[in-house]
Amino acid sequence: MSYQIDEQKIFNSGHAACPGCSEALAIRFIINTLGSDAIAVVPPSCIAIISGPQPLSSMRIPVYQTTLEASAASAAGIKRALLSKGNDHTNVVAIAGDGGTYDIGFQALSAAAERNEDIIYICLDNEGYMNTGSQKSSATPSRAYTTSTPAGKLTPKKNMAAIMAAHNIPYMATATTGYPDDLARKVARAMKIKGGLRFIVVLTPCLTGWGIPDNAGPKVSRLAVESGVFPLYEVENGQSYTLNYGPKGLPVADYVTRQKRYRHLSAEDIEFIQKEVDQNWERLQVKF
Amino acid sequence: MSTEHTRLLLSGNHAVSYAVKLARPNVMPVYPITPQTPILEKITEFHAGGEMTGEIMTMESEHSVMAAAITASLTGVRVFTATASQGLLLMHEMLHYAAGARAPIVMANVNRTLGSPWGFWPDQTDSLAQRDVGWIQYYCENGQESHDTTLQAFRVAEQVLLPVMVVHEAFYVSHAMEAVDIVSQQQVDAYLPPFNPPHRLDPQIGESWGNTVSQTMFQNHRRDMGEAMERVLEVGKQADRELQELVGRGYGILEQYRCEGAEFIIATMGSMTGTVRDVVDELRAAGVSIGLLKIRLFRPFPVADLREALVGVPKVMVLDRNFAPGTGGVLFQELKAALYGLAGAPEIHGYLAGVGGTNISPSAIKEMVQCAMGENPSVNSVWKG
Repeated sequence: MSYQIDEQKIFNSGHAACPGCSEALAIRFIINTLGSDAIAVVPPSCIAIISGPQPLSSMRIPVYQTTLEASAASAAGIKRALLSKGNDHTNVVAIAGDGGTYDIGFQALSAAAERNEDIIYICLDNEGYMNTGSQKSSATPSRAYTTSTPAGKLTPKKNMAAIMAAHNIPYMATATTGYPDDLARKVARAMKIKGGLRFIVVLTPCLTGWGIPDNAGPKVSRLAVESGVFPLYEVENGQSYTLNYGPKGLPVADYVTRQKRYRHLSAEDIEFIQKEVDQNWERLQVKF
Repeated sequence: MSTEHTRLLLSGNHAVSYAVKLARPNVMPVYPITPQTPILEKITEFHAGGEMTGEIMTMESEHSVMAAAITASLTGVRVFTATASQGLLLMHEMLHYAAGARAPIVMANVNRTLGSPWGFWPDQTDSLAQRDVGWIQYYCENGQESHDTTLQAFRVAEQVLLPVMVVHEAFYVSHAMEAVDIVSQQQVDAYLPPFNPPHRLDPQIGESWGNTVSQTMFQNHRRDMGEAMERVLEVGKQADRELQELVGRGYGILEQYRCEGAEFIIATMGSMTGTVRDVVDELRAAGVSIGLLKIRLFRPFPVADLREALVGVPKVMVLDRNFAPGTGGVLFQELKAALYGLAGAPEIHGYLAGVGGTNISPSAIKEMVQCAMGENPSVNSVWKG
């Protein structure tokens, strides 16, 4: 699947992300695909750090920073105000982390999906509260170390893609920074499908939180897909499923052993995660 | 369009809804809560019937209501919502955010007890607990005042770029039916020009809001908010005068009722002022030198006006239909602070009267007056009613 990325220069260099940050990479393809006729909403997060601080901005579009739980509601408020002024063309995008999406922002997001607000909501999922130094969120996967789960997380990751697809919104997609052309294509697709809430969850490996080298973000991102941990797919209107990149038969051991957040795992733990990943894939693949 | 007066029999809540319709807001995020719900129901009914345009957003919580209200307002349009009690408290975080964003949202709050335990009763603790969030607050005595104040609120909010809370109490005002003179659309259109702020979220302009600032920028921003609040004292008086010129009804930011030469003044807010007004008439007829000081604008607290109104008065009795455990009645505290150091300041008696919505009858108030006249004031609020 090849896609020619059409980048506008909206996201500037010189921002405050860590060198090699996957989120900055994701933001680049998202914002540069959205173009200049857009307004972004970001909650307090690494995304806000990357976009600010006032009076500086890394984005050549208006950015509104809201509170952690309110991204979807804040984006919807902008969109409705624009509509009330007869502007139906400006894209309003919320870009929030997994804490601001899976956890504290979930109520507002689910409600915006139910109202089918005409916004694009993108979750940059690095599987924890990484901005505050790596604490567990409901996106943290089984057995992963965080500073609030030092013995490893005992419960599995919340399946946000399935939950959002179950809202029967016009567009739901998974993406990751190791596949930038796929990510950019999905943002472009989301822009094209207007008239409702479009949701993309982007797996963004966090260098510090996951314990990987500065140059390993894209590689680990690709391993997540190839091992079946994070398949890339799209769902339109809650029913039309398309697989973009599925597992390539790689064992999850190849993925987890590269990350310090998993370095405490026993062989049994890895076997446990393998079974969970296999089971999730079995449940998902019947939909395609 | 006609400038003829329309007089309707309305509840206090519907009096607010009629004012909102006349103000032509663009965005109205709403969430139901007793006893506010009739405000939103009337608005959605107007909207469904084609009498109002704009966007109604049926949110999943008051928190999201305020989140959407702020961004809609910052996009440069007029925004209204309404809430009460637990809903107002759920908004608390976003109330600060709205004021900080200088979003001139107008919101009606219907005063209701806060849990726990649960109740539905008139009590002003909910809005008074929000006294430090940076919102302008008006307390209304009846439906007519709520109608007129809602219109004034848009005018004041958009001039100083701060949000306004128009407050009236559960049931005593929200559900009581009274004759209300509806301002004409032509008059409102003259009074409230379209809201068109120079700074707004707009890709053509490219301005952002809300990201991290330095300590100095933060301090300067708070100081600016304080200066905008100070302006409200004059802007609020002017908005009241100008509406009075149009419709013949004015209230002032304070009302001094029969206070000329009074040796005893009862100070209170909201529906209680109606009862006190009758008590004052009755006692004046019996030769008692007594008056009523109604505080209509509570934020900003009109300190200079209050000092002027009360200097030289021997005794003031404050009636608080609210309670802050550990400090007592909020108006009592604030009034004492406002009069600190004033030569010729009155003795102040603070009575907790009507907390939890208990009924305060004219005879109960007369007993309190008698009590206050015969005793030295306590430094703490005293339970009555």
